[in-house]
Amino acid sequence: MVPEGRLRVKTLVMVCAMVVCANAGDLMLKRAMLQIGAVELSVTGLAQAFRMTVTSGTLWLGIFFLCGFMLSYMTVLSWADYSYVMPAGAFGYALLTFFAVVFLHEAVSARRWAGVMLICVGVLLVGQTKPRTTPASQQVLAA
Amino acid sequence: MMHVGLFLAFLILGSTGGEIAITRGMKAAGEPERLRPRELLRFLGKALCNGWFWAGVPLMALSFYALLVLLSWEPISFVIPASALSYVVGTFGAKYILGEDVSVARWVGVVLVCVGVALVALG
Repeated sequence: MVPEGRLRVKTLVMVCAMVVCANAGDLMLKRAMLQIGAVELSVTGLAQAFRMTVTSGTLWLGIFFLCGFMLSYMTVLSWADYSYVMPAGAFGYALLTFFAVVFLHEAVSARRWAGVMLICVGVLLVGQTKPRTTPASQQVLAA
Repeated sequence: MMHVGLFLAFLILGSTGGEIAITRGMKAAGEPERLRPRELLRFLGKALCNGWFWAGVPLMALSFYALLVLLSWEPISFVIPASALSYVVGTFGAKYILGEDVSVARWVGVVLVCVGVALVALG
């Protein structure tokens, strides 16, 4: 049996890794799709978009970060609840806004700050609950 | 507009369904004892041998492709708030498919996160 304190700490570490990799990956994907342009909904359009996406270095860099996200996500899901990890990962949105203000000196609207506040309160509420409410690993399918 | 709704459904249901299947697979694979590269690789190997993992991958791929297409059509300030619905859909899945005990505090937290993500993305 893993003590709850240790369970919380290792869950927090993996959620932080998830947040960093997911944000970096999403930014790279958006950048790549802006370079590629709007995808046309036809066989040739989809085929052309596919060709352009597999040859885009920015997209592959995004995929690299998303693989890091996937690995940390898969690892944390092996012990923690999905309904605990999923909302906790949203903390990245709040973190991005904070970084945008501090490092990029971007102006942030009141609506966005309200969103950041809601995310922080929501993540804190979810964080108060037990990270695992189902039987420990390897007992799920045996049940 | 209908095709945007269709791809949004692919995005939300694909990601939620895929993540639930992968969660099931990861729980079956067993957690790594330590967060070290060798342990993580062994864990990854076990996970890759699990059927639930492979059931989740095509759903995640569908969701990923729907995200790419939506990002090429619509601004990110629409795509991300709309996809925030997956927090609520995913929590229903966690409760009714994975059998997790979703307390009132967790439900309130999930709804606040969902609304918060939508507000942040709307800017």
